[in-house]
Amino acid sequence: MNALGTSETGATSAAKPTRPGWQTALIRPETMTFVLLIIGVIGASMLSPFFLDINYILRSFTLSAEIALVALVLTMVIIAGEIDLSAASNMALSACLFAFAQQAGIPMPIAIGIGLLAGLAMGGFNALMVVGLQLPSIIVTIGTLIAYRGLAQVIAGDKSIRVPDWFIGINNQMILGIPLPVVLFVLTSIVLGLVLSATIYGRQIYQVGTNEMAARHAGIRSKKIKVGLFLLLGLASAVAGLMTASRLGSVRYDIALGGELQMVLMAMLGGTYIFGGRGSILGTFLAAWLLVIVSTGMTVANLLPAVQLTVLGILLIVAIIATNFIYSRAQR
Amino acid sequence: MKNKIVLAMAATFALGSTVAMAQDPIQIVYIGKNTGNPYFDSISGGFEDACAELNCEYQFVAPATAEATSQIPLIEAQIQRGVDVIGIAPNSPDALNQVLDSAKAQGILVLTVNGDLVGNESHRDATILPVDFTKTGPNQVELMGSMIDYKGEIAILSATTEAPDQNTWIAAMNDTLENDPKYKDMNLVATVYGDDQPEKSTTEMEALLANYPDLVGVIAPTTVGIAAAAQVVQSRGIANTVHVTGLGLPSEMRDFIKDGTVSAFQLWSPYNEGWLAVHFALGVLDGSIKNEVGETFEVPNLGTIKIDELNAMNTQAELTTFDASNIDDFDF
Repeated sequence: MNALGTSETGATSAAKPTRPGWQTALIRPETMTFVLLIIGVIGASMLSPFFLDINYILRSFTLSAEIALVALVLTMVIIAGEIDLSAASNMALSACLFAFAQQAGIPMPIAIGIGLLAGLAMGGFNALMVVGLQLPSIIVTIGTLIAYRGLAQVIAGDKSIRVPDWFIGINNQMILGIPLPVVLFVLTSIVLGLVLSATIYGRQIYQVGTNEMAARHAGIRSKKIKVGLFLLLGLASAVAGLMTASRLGSVRYDIALGGELQMVLMAMLGGTYIFGGRGSILGTFLAAWLLVIVSTGMTVANLLPAVQLTVLGILLIVAIIATNFIYSRAQR
Repeated sequence: MKNKIVLAMAATFALGSTVAMAQDPIQIVYIGKNTGNPYFDSISGGFEDACAELNCEYQFVAPATAEATSQIPLIEAQIQRGVDVIGIAPNSPDALNQVLDSAKAQGILVLTVNGDLVGNESHRDATILPVDFTKTGPNQVELMGSMIDYKGEIAILSATTEAPDQNTWIAAMNDTLENDPKYKDMNLVATVYGDDQPEKSTTEMEALLANYPDLVGVIAPTTVGIAAAAQVVQSRGIANTVHVTGLGLPSEMRDFIKDGTVSAFQLWSPYNEGWLAVHFALGVLDGSIKNEVGETFEVPNLGTIKIDELNAMNTQAELTTFDASNIDDFDF
């Protein structure tokens, strides 16, 4: 499991006498996420006797699986030192374009293609602004966050667009008893986790995020890496948008409204450092489960939404403090 | 990961017996549109009192926001809790189709209360509406007309763009204004949406006043909207030029009626909807009421209730109009 994470601590531990393995494991932010996850499961089980049912937890996870899938790629973008807040709006616009196309009589495979291409194009536009024109990604993507959502509403209006019956119900497709969206999420986690931790490309992403100047002097083509990541995020958002359309059976402009915050929350809870250079897919993977466990546990216990929001806020703050503490210790 | 599943399984076995025992009295849950909406307190009160009388267990839950998909995790949670009856004020006419189907598949009686799945009626068992909603639009237009001598520019301040019931009424208002010669001098200039949030509704109301200086009337067919609109009119002291009416709660509107800000508004008794829902649900579950079109049954305080087309029931025939003469007779 540790292979999925970063090994940033490698250099420091070489200078000093080697730390015992358990100690290196303990000071990883993913450990904190994992501990919170265990506490979450225990807490939720104590809150409601109906919580601890693996099928229910998996079914609940499918409700967030689309967002979680995008959060995995977003994690890589954040590690590379950028951010993209437009991903949830991208989900909505891609899904709306897809639904609009198939409603206009375009065959489904082509309509799906249109949705995916739209997602790529939106990622490309973000990349053009951020990498091409050197604009700060937080500003650019707040702009596209609003613009993509607005465009989706222009296309779909206030109505919902139906999708064909055979396309509905991705969340009811089971593979070995596990809902398909969850399987997709797990597989994507493994692939991206390997790319990030075990390939040169992955290494370069960390270096770009740690110090872009230094990385460029070392011959890393940082622009190319960032463009690739924005494109990948655009594509992942479109896939997530189509998955949402399949789950709901209809598409509206407000699909995944506010989802960008959940995505960032997942990355942060998983120990990804908001200024880049640090983080892991494993962390985001665990954090996605943590969020689902905590909110599902509170929902099935019929807790007030106000209480739920408070708990989630506190959780994030705890995670940020812990992450900062862990990273500052790891640097010594 | 593995630990969690093992833990989950162990606990599920351990808890199996308590789950089965908890199902003795009939469990009813009502899912509102969103929290912080006093209208639903009143419906919930009807549920609660009826359950206290007829010996069932009742709980009210609602999501933090009224967007289309926010109720899905709550419905999943109620399925998991194994409730017998789900009453819901749907936030979307079709985004809930899939999850309501799985509730029905579990043998749960699904009732829409205070709003229906327009066009998707097969995804619930029956609907309980306060009045015949086809009359709501025309009634509101007539009340507005009587306040402004049937001429001038008017606007509508609604809930969310998706709200099925509000949209039905607005369509009927448009229809009445266009086709009934009595209202030919009334000109609907804008329909805006305050999302059933006080701040947003206030902003939208102020924007209406700024954009349409000749505005003489605003119809707000939602309790949050009418209170916000009245508040704006009251603080600006323009009650003589801009007339506000719509659907409001007597408890919230009493002060505006007393000081002349609003001369009249309409509503039904939301309380009776909850009252009827519980009587109907228990009747269907114990077999004394057949959920078939044309059936009639007696409900204490409401008289004879008939199941109309599409399994719809109304608690009263016409809207009640509240003004200075009768406002003190109502306490909900």
